[in-house]
Amino acid sequence: MADKIRIATASLAGCFGCHMSLLDIDERLIDLVAHIEFDRTPLTDIKQIGRCDVGLIEGGVCNAENVEVLKAFRRHCNLLVAVGACAINGGIPAMRNQYSLTECLEEAYLHGSGIDQPQIPSDPELPLLLDQVHPIHDVVWIDYFLPGCPPSADTIFTFLDELLSGKPIRFAYRQIHYD
Amino acid sequence: MHTVQENDPSNLLQRLIGLQQAFRHIPSDAIDHLAESLGLSRAFILGVIQFYSFLHSSPRGEYDILFSDNITDQMQGSRLLAQRLASKLGVDIGRTRDDQRVTLDYTSCTGMGDQGPAALVNGHPITRLTMERVDQLAALIEQAVPLDNWPAELFQVSAGVERRDIVLNSDYKPGTAILRCLEEGAEELLRRLEQAGLRGCGGAGFSTAKKWRFCASTESAERYVVCNADEGEPGTFKDRYLLQAHADRLFEGMTLCAAVIGARRGFLYLRGEYRYLLGPLQQILQQRRENGLLGQAILGRDGFDFDIDIHLGAGAYICGEESALIESLEGKRGIPRNRPPFPVTRGYLGMPTVVNNVETLANAALIAQQGVEWFRSVGTAQSPGSKLLSISGDCERPGIYEFPFGTPISEILAACQAHHTQAVQIGGAAGRLIPPAEFNRTLAFEDLATGGSFMVFNQSRELLNAIDNFTRFFRHESCGFCTPCRVGTAMLTKQLGKVMVGHATSKDLDELGTLGSLMRQTSHCGLGQTAANPILDGLEKFPDIFQSRLRSTSFEPAFDLDASLEEARAITGRSDPGAHLEGGGV
Repeated sequence: MADKIRIATASLAGCFGCHMSLLDIDERLIDLVAHIEFDRTPLTDIKQIGRCDVGLIEGGVCNAENVEVLKAFRRHCNLLVAVGACAINGGIPAMRNQYSLTECLEEAYLHGSGIDQPQIPSDPELPLLLDQVHPIHDVVWIDYFLPGCPPSADTIFTFLDELLSGKPIRFAYRQIHYD
Repeated sequence: MHTVQENDPSNLLQRLIGLQQAFRHIPSDAIDHLAESLGLSRAFILGVIQFYSFLHSSPRGEYDILFSDNITDQMQGSRLLAQRLASKLGVDIGRTRDDQRVTLDYTSCTGMGDQGPAALVNGHPITRLTMERVDQLAALIEQAVPLDNWPAELFQVSAGVERRDIVLNSDYKPGTAILRCLEEGAEELLRRLEQAGLRGCGGAGFSTAKKWRFCASTESAERYVVCNADEGEPGTFKDRYLLQAHADRLFEGMTLCAAVIGARRGFLYLRGEYRYLLGPLQQILQQRRENGLLGQAILGRDGFDFDIDIHLGAGAYICGEESALIESLEGKRGIPRNRPPFPVTRGYLGMPTVVNNVETLANAALIAQQGVEWFRSVGTAQSPGSKLLSISGDCERPGIYEFPFGTPISEILAACQAHHTQAVQIGGAAGRLIPPAEFNRTLAFEDLATGGSFMVFNQSRELLNAIDNFTRFFRHESCGFCTPCRVGTAMLTKQLGKVMVGHATSKDLDELGTLGSLMRQTSHCGLGQTAANPILDGLEKFPDIFQSRLRSTSFEPAFDLDASLEEARAITGRSDPGAHLEGGGV
């Protein structure tokens, strides 16, 4: 195929589990790479995003860098996809939302057990934390949501496969329901 | 004959309410004791405690104060009053003071919309709150004056009848209708109700005679009559008046129903907010027993045995839904059942049960006494008779109004002296928002049906605040059973919040519409199906109030990006460019 679909991915406040699930597509990846190419993604280690067809975002938004990466993805991607529970709801990282940021940092860096030289890190190299962890649709418009923790490899493959085919995207019940 | 056995699991909720009143919470060892004596699991009991707003597993203050948080209370300044009391007493709203003296919080509409702002103190309603009254409350609390010694005028709940029609103009003699029913037979009574065309006054408008007939025709050893006095729809208080002034009619209506369907036992399910009516209602029941109108062999008729128990609710709007109400009567969490089977075939304890609204039952008794012609003398062909309205909000004369069905909204507004009206919310939070262009529409099942709530908003009001208030109300009152309602009400609140703070774009309005219609189609019960009504009606009838708050960009973040870094900047002391975020969307 002359024009391959260009895909970028990023893990914001996530655990990389969704990326692992993407890799779990296994040998189907070989078929897939005939049709797609990767832009910025942890898999290529490309740091700057270029013009893309699809952006896959894992994880919620917990710090200033997440916001900037997410906005850059929105500017460069025609379609942006929230992949997994953290991107959709904030997930595990959002459990800190019931405490203030100050309480969290003090517990982690000052009062927690086994802390040597207690101090709250501060360096211009470090992105500042937001006071709350947000789902990504709180920051930018999201076109598709793939639920799951993580969404199964099958779900991710089906999504990409159907997207490539140009058909409306349909899933088997088990691919997006967890009851 | 009729008393529930102390150790009957269906008595759980009533026992928990008793414990809450005695100990200001449900003590952990009491839960163990209940679990053992009722044969229920601890988890089940905890589930019930957590379900009801008025039950708590940690102690409330000696004075437990709940400000009614309906939009009409807010319009009368309730939030400022609550904040004033909070600062006077040195306690945060939603918290108990460290010395356990007082707890302050908000609660859903307490049914005092015509005499707000209102609050509940240890379950007792306080009406017409003012700055002076709030200061008075603060002093009484600081001086630890027992509630019994508080000035009686604080607790004054006035009847507030502003307009009477056939029902409220009729005198009623207790026992007349029962006697007539015994003489003429149940079939004649049903025929009369059928010809009168009495329909359910809770809002749904189902034929009362048909409901009773269905229930009577079931094969069953036991049948039950339940009066739904869980008047939780925000802005409704007409049942409060009926219970206060005309309980005899209602009990007579229940007894008639019992005669028709062959019930030996009935329940009045009284919302927890109306607990102050419990004593007087029980006195009336006792009087009726003494007069041979309840108990064994009513009016001397052998085999006609019927009595009524009063069950209290505990702050759960969903229990106004008839199948949730029955679950609650059985002592459980008030989660609506699948319908069908409807309560007329499988209701209380699985037995055929008639559930009727207070007004319906009271009207049934009056029709039995006054006859068909009398009832049909007003109203329309499809909606005979009259309707009690609870009118509140922006009008000079809020209160109880009885209007014949078929009365136009404009006439009702003129009667209550509402001026420069921007909109009317009719039927409560779950009802409809009516713009002036539709004020020629009429009060009737075939046009605008209502359980009785009628809230008026004048042109100075920000309608979006009302819509937001109703939407939050549903989020709080969702029973949590089904996903479309549990998640949907939270998403609606959040999405509407984005509009309120001016971060929304037209895409967010599309999302609200999609979400609302999804909830309407897929929710388990009426709560979820109607929870989006305020937003959907608003979008349709008052698009400008949404549009004027929108950003013209394609999308905006839901929160202020740079402000959300403020706490981190304060902790780290940073102010470099990397410590800031550009606002706006992409």
